[in-house]
Amino acid sequence: MVNHGRMGPKGLYGSWQAHRKDRLTKPLIRRDGELVETDWNTVMDAIVRRSQDLLAEVGPLSHGFYTSGQLFLEEYYTLGVIGKAGIGTPHMDGNTRLCTATAGASLKESFGSDGQPACHADIDLCDALFLFGHNMASTQTVMWARVLDRIAGPDRPRVVVVDPRTTPTAEAADVHLAPLPGTNQALLNGLLRALIEHDWLDHEYISRHTLGFDELKATVEPYTPEHVASICRISPVDLLRAAEIFGTSERVLSTVLQGFYQSHQATAASCQVNNLHLLRGLLGKPGSGVLQMNGQPTAQNTREAGADGDLPGFRNWDNPEHVQELARLWHVDPLTIPHWAPPTHAMQIWRYAEQGSIKFLWISATNPAVSLPELSRVRDILRREDLFVIAQDAFRTETTELADVVLPAALWGEKQGTFTNLSRVVHLSEQAVEPPGEARSDLDIFLDYANRMGFRNRDGDPLITWKDPEGAFDAWRECSRGRPCDYTELSYERLRGGSGIPWGGERLYADGHFPTDASYCEDYGHDLLTGASTTPTDYKARRPDGRAFLKAAEYTPAPEQPGDEYPFICTTGRTVYHFHTRTKTRRAPELQKAAPEPWVEMSASDAATLDLADGDVVRVESERGFVEVPVRIGRCRDGVVFLPFHYGFQAANELTATQWDPVSKQPLFKISAVRIRRV
Amino acid sequence: MHLATYLGLLHTSLQTLADAFREVAKGHGDEPDVEHTCHVLSKRIDAQVEKLGPIVERYGEHREPEPERLHAAEFSQTRSGGVGLLRDLQDLYALASFTDITWTVVGQAAQGLRDKELLDVVSSCEQDTARQLAWLKTRIKQSAPQALIAARG
Repeated sequence: MVNHGRMGPKGLYGSWQAHRKDRLTKPLIRRDGELVETDWNTVMDAIVRRSQDLLAEVGPLSHGFYTSGQLFLEEYYTLGVIGKAGIGTPHMDGNTRLCTATAGASLKESFGSDGQPACHADIDLCDALFLFGHNMASTQTVMWARVLDRIAGPDRPRVVVVDPRTTPTAEAADVHLAPLPGTNQALLNGLLRALIEHDWLDHEYISRHTLGFDELKATVEPYTPEHVASICRISPVDLLRAAEIFGTSERVLSTVLQGFYQSHQATAASCQVNNLHLLRGLLGKPGSGVLQMNGQPTAQNTREAGADGDLPGFRNWDNPEHVQELARLWHVDPLTIPHWAPPTHAMQIWRYAEQGSIKFLWISATNPAVSLPELSRVRDILRREDLFVIAQDAFRTETTELADVVLPAALWGEKQGTFTNLSRVVHLSEQAVEPPGEARSDLDIFLDYANRMGFRNRDGDPLITWKDPEGAFDAWRECSRGRPCDYTELSYERLRGGSGIPWGGERLYADGHFPTDASYCEDYGHDLLTGASTTPTDYKARRPDGRAFLKAAEYTPAPEQPGDEYPFICTTGRTVYHFHTRTKTRRAPELQKAAPEPWVEMSASDAATLDLADGDVVRVESERGFVEVPVRIGRCRDGVVFLPFHYGFQAANELTATQWDPVSKQPLFKISAVRIRRV
Repeated sequence: MHLATYLGLLHTSLQTLADAFREVAKGHGDEPDVEHTCHVLSKRIDAQVEKLGPIVERYGEHREPEPERLHAAEFSQTRSGGVGLLRDLQDLYALASFTDITWTVVGQAAQGLRDKELLDVVSSCEQDTARQLAWLKTRIKQSAPQALIAARG
């Protein structure tokens, strides 16, 4: 249904069968500074003792959880209940904060709730395809193959790509816009202005199904093609061509990814893509819609089940009735469930650990010692004496080496659970083999912790009543009842029947009715410029009642600008051959051979100015740190260089800054000022 | 007419507020969101001062000679730590509230004078001030539990 039987290089070579070696098979505990093998009883005992001591001494705010976009739904939901109703801490997030937090945030801001409006089949049906900061040929190879089918086939759609690099994706485009990193908001305001100027609008849709047109129109008014061209350093003619394609195509599909999500006005710019579609009423129809992309396989579940800190089932932390629903479901005092402020995002969790107020940090299925920005700082935090670090993973990583205890975890294929893809399609992944050695599923580990901690509900019964994946799934179904992501119709039995079932139907919002009703919405929204929360009173006063929000924001310059000392803008990103920090892919010989080490890409003209040839080793340095890597010439626009972020040695995140988008809290990996010197 | 007195008050309190935002940005660089947002907001307050310029030219401005009587308290120095951040944000909140109500007073005079130009300035600046207050409240609410319950020292 989704992949049409195709696999990308990582699926083909990087699957779990290839690397049963190197696995973590026993728990590890730090003794006299060294990690040594131990047994589950000892390690869980150490965790529970520290946890209980801290709860008694400091309380729930001493605990933080940093999880993943790669566990199963059942595992996230269980972790969410432990955090929110067992301990009662708001400090829980996933590494989805680094990859798709803006997808969720922009959907909430525009439509009232997370949930992808479009589906993969829209690729087959669109007349125009817009890729905003989305190098699909590298990031989603199987999806890209579906686009290539259209490009090489009859009735070719027109393709517009926004990317500062001339990627293979950009080379396939009819119009390639290469704005300077950090100027997406200006570009999108320019596109919106052109749509309004040429009256490429669906006036009836706007008046019946949206709020905020006048403010949007006033906000984008100054963004003439010439003004935008001067900010973004693009051709005004190309901008107008792109606007015309959007404005005059019958069916338009847009996708958005890291080029937008990891920039400073991330949520604002991603909302403007939603606005383009709202202005033309191109949502929820075959071939028309928005895909605010997910990166990791189960990022959608992290967001649905509340492991990113949100309340599970797309519930609104600021709506007392939603908190009551959860309290009734879990039989706990509503005051236990942290809802006094937005959940603590990952970057703030790490800040609290740095300040010593979080003293217990449980990391699962992610490698922050390579993937977070400003790595020297992250290493310092992980090494703090007063921070107890649990790292749960299938392999030893840069992060496990700094942990106090290491828990060996099973991978998919070694455990059972469900995952939900980009277009809300739910699949059941069965267990095929036993985990190696003493490794356990993440679910079993979380359940063991809950059991040993003795979490109880208000009746004195165990808080968590399930013991296996199917039990967790059934508990989650009940939790999702009546919410936009309603799983009550799904069961393991039904999921075994075919190739996956979407919640919410194939497309959302075909009728132009959005989940913005004040009693139903997931969030009351934010000021896009500062991230200030909209109060319940202000939200209700606007009476959204099913209409979508046309949220507007002016362009503001990025916090870090290139200057005399650091004249280049550095962006980071992927190569097609590796996932994240290569924890799995570097152990697949074919993938490792294809991309064994990092490099820096720069334009031919910048290389010529610095008198550099292909392969020359250079030091790329920001205010925060440096890497020494060989040069590859090509692909980048002048003034912009690119580093792949996968590598734990000469790691790109030595250079990146601790900064984030005000609404989605996603870090700004795409905008670091750097200098380049030959080594 | 005392409008000139109030325009003077507004003018100085906006400058005080913009400087205070800059000061907090400088003092809390370890909280990057605070640093960046304070910079963004301080620039917008500068823009408010500019918008006030033509109005001041028309009505004049009377700077109160006894500052302690009609003057927003100056922001002196940033504090450190979780509670320090909280207190600094609270000081900003108090200063922003002061300019907020001063805009309200000036707006009422603009109504009485049927001064369309001044009404437009007041309307856009009131929205901007509401944004400052909303952000400060959001950030204060986020910080308070950790600073008061879990932070050391």
